[in-house]
Amino acid sequence: MALVEINALSFSYGRAPVLKDLSFSIEQDSTLGIVGESGSGKSTLIRVLCGLMPVQSGIARYDGRDISEWLDREPRGFRRRNQIVFQSPASSLDPRMRVGQSLAEPTKSLERRTPSDEELGQWLTVVGLGPEALQRYPHQLSGGQLQRVAIARALTVNPTMLYADEPTSALDVSIQAQVLNLLIEIRRRLGLTMVIVSHDLAVVGRVCEQVIVMRNGEIVESGPTASVLRYPEHEYTKSLVNAARAVSLGASHDAADAII
Amino acid sequence: MAARRSRSPQLIVGAALVALLVLAGLLSLVWTPYDPAALDVTNKMAPPWTDGHLLGTDQLGRDVVAQLMAGALNSLLVAVLSTAGAVVLGVALGLTAAGGGRFWSDTLTRATDVAIALPGILVALVLATFFGPSNTTAIVAIVVWFVPGAARIVIGPARQVLAREFVEAAMAYGRSRSFVLFRHVLPNLGPLIIVMASMMFAGAILTEAALSYLGLGAQRPTPSWGRLLFESQSVIGQAPSLVVFPGVCIMLAVLGFNLLGDGLRSRLDPRHAREVVV
Repeated sequence: MALVEINALSFSYGRAPVLKDLSFSIEQDSTLGIVGESGSGKSTLIRVLCGLMPVQSGIARYDGRDISEWLDREPRGFRRRNQIVFQSPASSLDPRMRVGQSLAEPTKSLERRTPSDEELGQWLTVVGLGPEALQRYPHQLSGGQLQRVAIARALTVNPTMLYADEPTSALDVSIQAQVLNLLIEIRRRLGLTMVIVSHDLAVVGRVCEQVIVMRNGEIVESGPTASVLRYPEHEYTKSLVNAARAVSLGASHDAADAII
Repeated sequence: MAARRSRSPQLIVGAALVALLVLAGLLSLVWTPYDPAALDVTNKMAPPWTDGHLLGTDQLGRDVVAQLMAGALNSLLVAVLSTAGAVVLGVALGLTAAGGGRFWSDTLTRATDVAIALPGILVALVLATFFGPSNTTAIVAIVVWFVPGAARIVIGPARQVLAREFVEAAMAYGRSRSFVLFRHVLPNLGPLIIVMASMMFAGAILTEAALSYLGLGAQRPTPSWGRLLFESQSVIGQAPSLVVFPGVCIMLAVLGFNLLGDGLRSRLDPRHAREVVV
């Protein structure tokens, strides 16, 4: 069953169109990757889907209900189901708040209650950190740890849908794999539907079942990740795949095959 | 690192001067060597060290030390109230301008630019003509004068904080714009505001002295440094110390707060302290 349905969705900043007449759907319990170069509109797209930016034209439905209408009538219900993780771990937590305070925020805001330290500690355990991190300030944690905290913060309200905007691109290569594994694991454990935006085909190839390739605000190709990456039809997709292969080939042929 | 920074001479000298000023001002509440308003016509314009008058007396025989101490209290009073007013209003205005919608943001930013271009002293003169000279007039004038500058200082850094991802995350979990401004942006501007307040304090003391010199501030019997300066300028030939002492007091107070501000600035600077974002 489709959890998210988009029909003829467009978005523009002033007169500059960013999303042009997009239509697609996201199945429940699936993982969708959105790839494309900078400026392709992929980040804007997920911001519209998770309610950070308005639906300007077209139809966007979540669980059969119109997103704009849902946000107007019952914003907390919508936001509790849709959470997002951002790119930069250094800036996704308030430097003046302890990790525990940051983690408590979504529950305070969306469920109108203050979660206990035990509860928050459990979420930290889910993302592979210990409860002792609750007392830390962001500058006392590493990039990978911060990203884990950001993921935990999104999970505290038990969302159905988790959006991730370039969740690994600001991390060291060695940490990227750990965070990706974490995303795969929590998706399995918690039964989340996940949308990952990335410019990195390797990330999408590893985590996502479905992929959408975007360029200049349009979808140029979409389908199951394995077939799109192995047999790309559109020229743009081919160039992305070849570029990724060329980079990986620098390491080894096997690695390249493993990714794609 | 921390030890080296805490030994910053600016901070120490600044804090010492400020402490001296505060101490003198507060002490004047309970004790001054003589009543600052008591006239001693037999001892007019006594030079320093005469009859127990440490810094002499003025042209009506009032003790200079007592008047300077009471003047310190007056300066502090005006500076505290006007700085507090200007910081609160300026920061509120700056946050609104940074966080409001496009229209408010543009309007307030331009309005601030215009207000900064107005000559503050003229605004103060107009206010004084309107309301009559008093400490209140001086405070209102200083607040009106300083608010646009405070707002201007806050707008840029507030916009920088608003552009960070934790703000977007807060929106994603349903926090309102005003919650974000007060609970996320304001604390992150803390160090900036502390430094700004300290610099403004120096400005407020100087401005209060200037206004009371022009006769727009506190009226007798409340002594104020600017007024002492004004009253003694006519006898500068006979008793130059009467001009020098209040002048030195004003200078030291302003220097103290400026040094304190500078010291705090280098101590709280983002390049030195990781927890600060602005």
